[in-house]
Amino acid sequence: MIEISHITRKFEHFTAVDDLSFSVAEGEVLGFLGPNGAGKSTTMKIITGFLAPSSGRVSIDGHDIAENPMSAKALIGYLPEGAPSYPDMSVISFLEFIADIRGLSGAQKQQRIEKVINDVELSSVCHQTIETLSKGFKRRVGLAQAILHDPKVLILDEPTDGLDPNQKHQVRNLIRNLAKDKIVIVSTHILEEVSAVCTRAIIINKGRIVADAAPAELEAAAPAEFIIESQASPGKLEAFFRSVTTAGAQ
Amino acid sequence: MGKTGIIFKRELYAYFSTPLAYVFIVIFLVMNGIFTFDLGGFFIRGQADLQPFFSFHPWLYLFMIPALAMGLWADERKSGTIELLMTLPIRLRDAVLGKFLAAWVLSGIALLLTFPIWMTVNYLGSPDNGVILAAYIGSWLMAGGFLAIGSCMSALTRNAVIAFILTVAICFVFVSSGSPIVLNAFSGWAPQILLDAIATLSFLTHFDAINKGVLDIRDLLFFAAVITAWLLASAIVIEIKKAN
Ligand SMILES: Nc1ncnc2c1ncn2[C@@H]1O[C@H](COP(=O)(O)OP(=O)(O)OP(=O)(O)O)[C@@H](O)[C@H]1O
Ligand SMILES: [Mg+2]
Repeated sequence: MIEISHITRKFEHFTAVDDLSFSVAEGEVLGFLGPNGAGKSTTMKIITGFLAPSSGRVSIDGHDIAENPMSAKALIGYLPEGAPSYPDMSVISFLEFIADIRGLSGAQKQQRIEKVINDVELSSVCHQTIETLSKGFKRRVGLAQAILHDPKVLILDEPTDGLDPNQKHQVRNLIRNLAKDKIVIVSTHILEEVSAVCTRAIIINKGRIVADAAPAELEAAAPAEFIIESQASPGKLEAFFRSVTTAGAQ
Repeated sequence: MGKTGIIFKRELYAYFSTPLAYVFIVIFLVMNGIFTFDLGGFFIRGQADLQPFFSFHPWLYLFMIPALAMGLWADERKSGTIELLMTLPIRLRDAVLGKFLAAWVLSGIALLLTFPIWMTVNYLGSPDNGVILAAYIGSWLMAGGFLAIGSCMSALTRNAVIAFILTVAICFVFVSSGSPIVLNAFSGWAPQILLDAIATLSFLTHFDAINKGVLDIRDLLFFAAVITAWLLASAIVIEIKKAN
């Protein structure tokens, strides 16, 4: 269980995250949506303990991220926005480094590394330095790093950005097939992805939650004037999305 | 292996997987050769010691160590990997210490590779090798002091060049505060206690003492304190500025 209670984050005079509260239970795959600058990445940075909130608390499985960061962080696998990784390292030595930090060793370490290399199809570039990889492969390295220790909590900031359609499909399958006791938060701008993998969607706008329900419920709630005729259901979700995030709506 | 060790290993590996380590070592050795044998008048002095070799180290470090330290945190912020690093289950001190130690060991390797100079002086005469060992230790400690300052400056900015310039400037203050130019500027009008305080903070004063073969615990403690203080400052700066 992740519990986020009343987190606010101010930058100078600008409030990026404004009194946000929600919790995510085991088995939920939460889609985190919102227009550019809504505060999605900022919220994820706060949940993962990179950024301290101006006020509010985050608790990961009972571990407060501020008071008990080591045990909270050990539970989390995180793909930051832009999938940063060390450009001078080869894919394999980067994953070994992460495995060491995560406390994996011996046969288990080898087995986990092999597994994630298979899961995100990295075997062809294993020994290449990361800076020479294409954008999509860099993203896959970031994903591999996040799932390496089979974390209970997975936080992915735009995991499919820059991936080819096949890989997008693969990553969606990967998220869907995660064990049922996991907690997943994914941010994305691709709304059909939400219908495809998420059990729940939260839409935030200007740092505040404007909708929180199952994707199908949001589709059903799309106001008629936002629906363009002959649109399929992902289109309806888009209609709802626009209805709650564009100016003049709500 | 502890978390500090894992960070240390990665950082050292990173130095050697780019040309940085090799360029640093080669330039360090060449500059030492020039300073010692040419400018330092190693042969002309006709004395079996390494005074000319060591007395250039503060000035050599002034430009070389900031180059080693400038990327420590600035690069991490520029590439965004700081977000990765800081959300892994490690303590900030593991990262600060691991990175510092990797750079310090690299500077130690460069220093050890000057051994042909030590062999030369032993071949030509019979120097006091105890004094030379003390000076090597002192030189390495001083490098650590420069590096710790560099670590803090690198944490202040995401631009490595700015970090370099800031480090050179601050290190210059620390080196030169014991030099006659600075002390003369203060003597006459400033109280003696201030003069002593300025001289006490100088790397030069403490290094010269060690260089003369007086391995005083106070000089060693001075460098240990400088390293600790600047690494603590690094951690504080990183904590405050990491997300900007
Ligand atoms: N360090 C910072 N200093 C000042 N403002 C910031 C900082 N970081 C983020 N912001 C602002 O906070 C707001 C939210 O940013 P955030 O990155 O969380 O948006 P997002 O929802 O992830 O957007 P996107 O879809 O473009 O990724 C933006 O307006 C951004 O400019
Ligand atoms: Mg974002």
